Amino acid sequence: MNTEKNIKTLIVKKSLKLDCGKTIKDFPIAYETYGSLNSKKDNAILVFHALTGDQFVTGINPVTNKEGWWSYAVGPDKAIDTNKYFVICSNVIGGCMGSYGPSHKDNDQNIFGTNFPVITINDMVNAQYNLLDYFGIDKLFSIAGGSMGGMQVLQFISNFPDKSKTVIPIATTSSHSAQNIAFNELGRQAITADSDWKDGKYTLKNTTPGKGLAVARMAAHITYLSKKGLQEKFGRKLQEREDLKFGFDADFQIESYLRYQGSVFVDRFDANSYLYITRAMDYFDLAKQFNGNLSKAFINTNAKFFIISFTSDWLYPTQENKDIVIALNSIGADVGFVEIESDKGHDSFLLDVPDFLSALKNFLDKSYEEK
Amino acid sequence: MKNEFQVIADLIEKDKKVLDVGCADGTLMKFLKDNKNINIRGLEISKQKVQECIAKGLTVIEGNAEKDLKQFPDKSFDYVVLSQTLQAFLNPELVLDELLRVGKKAIVTIPNFGYWKVRFHLLLKGTMPITKTLPDEWYNTPNLHMCTIKDFFHFVKSKDIKIFKSLALNNLNSSTINESNLGVKNLFADLGIFLIEK
Repeated sequence: MNTEKNIKTLIVKKSLKLDCGKTIKDFPIAYETYGSLNSKKDNAILVFHALTGDQFVTGINPVTNKEGWWSYAVGPDKAIDTNKYFVICSNVIGGCMGSYGPSHKDNDQNIFGTNFPVITINDMVNAQYNLLDYFGIDKLFSIAGGSMGGMQVLQFISNFPDKSKTVIPIATTSSHSAQNIAFNELGRQAITADSDWKDGKYTLKNTTPGKGLAVARMAAHITYLSKKGLQEKFGRKLQEREDLKFGFDADFQIESYLRYQGSVFVDRFDANSYLYITRAMDYFDLAKQFNGNLSKAFINTNAKFFIISFTSDWLYPTQENKDIVIALNSIGADVGFVEIESDKGHDSFLLDVPDFLSALKNFLDKSYEEK
Repeated sequence: MKNEFQVIADLIEKDKKVLDVGCADGTLMKFLKDNKNINIRGLEISKQKVQECIAKGLTVIEGNAEKDLKQFPDKSFDYVVLSQTLQAFLNPELVLDELLRVGKKAIVTIPNFGYWKVRFHLLLKGTMPITKTLPDEWYNTPNLHMCTIKDFFHFVKSKDIKIFKSLALNNLNSSTINESNLGVKNLFADLGIFLIEK
């Protein structure tokens, strides 16, 4: 799936005990960096990617030849200014852009497929923590991420309370809701129902469950947009035709758009990784790790939090972001919060939303001046 | 910075933890942070104003005082400040109770509806008063529960809230309000500033 030559990899020698009980060691973490680490090593920002992201945050992704997933936010003079900050991002374990995942081989040289251990958000951040040692960074200036990236942000500061000065969870939740799990299950069912999935052994059989994965992506993509955004962009516009064709081709532009989103996704993403990563999101419940008291997850940190949500995000709505704010306020933590007005749905954090980008930039730059 | 904020700042000692409820663009917060080493937080309902605070490097939560004060634990701030906003709430009594629960002390300022210019405006013109501190028309004012310094003074007493300091502000002059001069201050001050505790 990936072109190895463009992928930087750290082999983690230390063993890591996973939540499922299994232990992994000598496993790869694929990462990328932007900007440069200063001599005091106090300008590093660890960025966490979302479900289908990867370590190629900005600029041209050398594997897909497309813009990095957070190109609007990260780069020279942008909100996360790489002239100033050293940005690190790594592919999550379970992923398919070079980090240890289901497309890797086990000790007997068989491709893992569904024999890969089920991983959690906790496992992901514990694996990524090794990057701090690798770069000799004692304390990060910031950790940031949206959606599943935000879940990793929350888990990271809970696990390593003194390892970041500032903490920026965006459009996220501390616990996957029934609705979130339902949409993920729909995606997984689409993949496993594809006869080319072959119980996860599709690579061995030289097939790929492209249809199932495309449907999973199409369903998920709808959840990333808002009703208003969809209506304004597509409405009932027809796709390259004057009138309805009384058939099941893509009559409407929205159908054609979703089909396209599904087809390009299949080219860059591994179906088994999709199963594993959505499972990790579903298992995420930070409060549960602290006997139902979310505040306790943050009791040991002095970090400065800045939480951002979007008005039209119905996947991780404002209230779920506010619940994190409330948990932090109840222990007197330093927390700021803003809900950004946007019609672009959950995807707002990835798009050109000026109020969001300026809030992010101002928070980072002002916090950096004060450090 | 307006004189009201200077008077409020003078009531707060250095190195304290303060919550500014309805902090607007963060002018008072910034002053307290820079000049008195105050650990300052803000709560603000306007997205635009929250952005202005973030641009000043201030920690602000977008929220509504009537709903969002409840997330703060009892006595978690040394001072809670509420500047010229009490009259704009649906339920000012509830907000006042919350301020005094969250803060060890609260500083509340109110535009005085008993100010002589207000009284004269209504008396002579027969229309709703418009002054420097009450600039809006009746149909677009956010103020739902206007009161006078005298009203507030009596209200606070009736709730067994302790008044540490009450000041009358008229342009640049501030003076102490007490039981004996209440009538005069209620006529000549356009703003009342109260330091209270429960």
